[in-house]
Amino acid sequence: MAAGDCDAVSIELGHFALILACAIAAVSALGGLLFWRNGQRLAQVLAQASILQFVLVAVAFLAVVQAFVTSDFSLKLAVDNSHSLKPLIFKISGVWGNHEGSLLLWILILVLFGALVAAFGRRLPADLLNLVLGAQSLLVAAFGGFTLFTSNPFARMSPPPLEGTDLNPILQDIGLAIHPPLLYAGYVGFSICFSFAMAALISGRIDQAWARWVRPWTMLSWIFLTLGIAMGSYWAYYELGWGGWWFWDPVENASFMPWLAGTALLHSALVMEKRNALKIWTIFLSIITFSLSLLGTFLVRSGILTSVHTFASDPTRGLVILTMLAVLIGGAFLLFATRASTLRQGGLFAPISREGALILNNLFLATAVGAILVGTLYPLLLDALAGTTISVGAPFFNLTFGALMAPLLLVLPFGPLLPWKRADLVAAGQRLVGAAGLAIFLTILVSALGGISISLAPLGLLLGFWVTFGAFAELIERGRIGRIPVGESVRRLVGLPRTIWSTALGHMGLGLTVLGIVSVTAWETELVTTLNPGETTELSGYTLAFDSFEQIPGPNYMADTGHFTVTAPGGGTKQLAAERRTYVASGMPTTEAAIETYGLSQFYLQLGEPLDDTHVVRIWYKPYILLIWIGALVMAGAGVLSLTDRRLRVGAPQRAAKPAMEPAE
Amino acid sequence: MKRFLALFALLFCLVMPALAVSPDEMLGDPVLEQRARDISAGLRCLVCQNQSIDDSDADLARDLRILVRERLVAGDSNAEVEQYLVDRYGEYVLLNPRLNNHTLILWIAAPVLLALGLFGLFWAVRRSPSKPRGEALSDDERRVLDELSGSGESDATKG
Repeated sequence: MAAGDCDAVSIELGHFALILACAIAAVSALGGLLFWRNGQRLAQVLAQASILQFVLVAVAFLAVVQAFVTSDFSLKLAVDNSHSLKPLIFKISGVWGNHEGSLLLWILILVLFGALVAAFGRRLPADLLNLVLGAQSLLVAAFGGFTLFTSNPFARMSPPPLEGTDLNPILQDIGLAIHPPLLYAGYVGFSICFSFAMAALISGRIDQAWARWVRPWTMLSWIFLTLGIAMGSYWAYYELGWGGWWFWDPVENASFMPWLAGTALLHSALVMEKRNALKIWTIFLSIITFSLSLLGTFLVRSGILTSVHTFASDPTRGLVILTMLAVLIGGAFLLFATRASTLRQGGLFAPISREGALILNNLFLATAVGAILVGTLYPLLLDALAGTTISVGAPFFNLTFGALMAPLLLVLPFGPLLPWKRADLVAAGQRLVGAAGLAIFLTILVSALGGISISLAPLGLLLGFWVTFGAFAELIERGRIGRIPVGESVRRLVGLPRTIWSTALGHMGLGLTVLGIVSVTAWETELVTTLNPGETTELSGYTLAFDSFEQIPGPNYMADTGHFTVTAPGGGTKQLAAERRTYVASGMPTTEAAIETYGLSQFYLQLGEPLDDTHVVRIWYKPYILLIWIGALVMAGAGVLSLTDRRLRVGAPQRAAKPAMEPAE
Repeated sequence: MKRFLALFALLFCLVMPALAVSPDEMLGDPVLEQRARDISAGLRCLVCQNQSIDDSDADLARDLRILVRERLVAGDSNAEVEQYLVDRYGEYVLLNPRLNNHTLILWIAAPVLLALGLFGLFWAVRRSPSKPRGEALSDDERRVLDELSGSGESDATKG
């Protein structure tokens, strides 16, 4: 009884903390955006207010977590999404497995980034810091207000029911515990780029130092988003039970578009940082990237995209969200349209140059974003305007996206080899002869060994190998490998700036992902059959024996479990168990596939529904599928490496920036 | 987050998570069966969110899979099977939309965007007053540069 009272107090305390945070954010936004010229004194106040916002929202968030963990069913959210029998980890992850809770998490990350800028931004000129924190606070106030007024996670229930209705069983997975926070950290991190862009537009000042401040935040967000998408993809792969890893679903597209735009932003900010060029475009990309993140988070829920997707099927919420998005994004672009011309362009360069290559990168990535956006929204618009329903599915996106990525991958290895300002394409080409030769040789070899099941497979392989090996060309060049003693080369390589390693690794990661995609698309094998215990079957040289079948109760489900033995072509045997679970509370079934890894390839087994006294078994052999996610991890790792680069650690912006950012008047 | 929104969508139409073709539906002739699988991958499960009938476990998807196989056994070509389903269910059933008046904008969007981008770049390069001209400096320019720096251009490749 006493514990219950205590929980009740903490819930109300959390509620109050969230309200207070929103109020502080609203005042900070007004102060920062209207009185940004007031300099240092205001900056100190705003910085403290930003940190306070974070503390308050953290209190609110922890209050909800506590209610879930202690199964306090006076909180309506806990009733709808939790169950006292649920394992602790899923009680916690259940907090963000719903509309209200995920909004709260979204805001928590938003204020966290604001607090980080306040904490690490002391070197920023006071005026700029005021504007950035003001813009960030505006976002907090807007979305905090939305949460409180339309989706309050602190709604209570009286009298409290004895038991909750449980979280959707398919969401009771470690993937859910990690995936949304990662994705949100990525989405929300781009809010910093957006706030910096607003600050640049309002103050009318932008220079290389601006890019140097923005780039680490972009990189950090991009790393989270990369990991979030990769993790979501792997989760779908093992949890959905049939081995698909990307579906071009509208919700996936919604997370992929900010990633593509963020990738473009990373590259254009590089040009701006090094050469003081592409300023207007970089600002534009900053706005676009965060707008797409907002679209990803909220358009999906507005009920507009498609009704079955939404936590928030309530039309009021949808309307409020759409209005907010329209005001925020529309306002940002209005500001951009009226102020962008005041930003002066600098940095001259010839078309064939590092800058030129990065612009080409941006062209293809931006076009890909546009193509996916059109493909995602077109059926809705056509339905609304012409009353015609069509479907735009995976075949369309594979074709369009593939056609745009092929030329990008083709020119990619040239980029890092071209010097800034003006470059010699032939010289760069000569350094890539080795990579090209190796890629062609391996493509022919693999195609000969694996057979050509899809006519485009060799082209895909060629591009994958080309990007993977081409990534090393700059390292080989800089390390003078083969031309000087090995020890000397190693010393040179170790001494290289980390950004060079980061570029090479990032591009290599992309190449690996491409190889994984091509391999599994072209050479996957599948077998659907019926089996009884005691019988065996075979796929791609792997022998599968169905040993036994039993029913085992789990903590909150019943499991039909099939035990299998798989024998690899080499002779090694492995025991596998595949399950079909039925959850007690909801009566909903899920499947747990059995996956056995052989090198980079996987053997994927799924126990199907019973059919005439026998069991349907589906098995797949997925060659080199792990490369898809390993490539993504390598890309994220390359991002981390770039963040540890010397020029960020020593705070180069401080020296370069101060004079440039003094007020003009 | 996006992912599990997707999962909600899947759950909406599935009694069980994504189990597709069942052995009792499959055709004995492996060539015909492979054609059926290929066609199925491009047909939408009409009651599902963005799933092909080949991936879906909904009853309607099963009916459509069986229908596709019946048409194939009856001797239809792949295109005839697709047309048969479009006649019955409309173009909504095709995951890869056909090019026609309705979908013209959809199909030309990406090429047009790319062309506009390329044109914009070309235009920017052409009219840019600040573009470095030519491959080499003129003799006059080089002389001036040498006077100023004493060493000519040297840092063109820094960075």
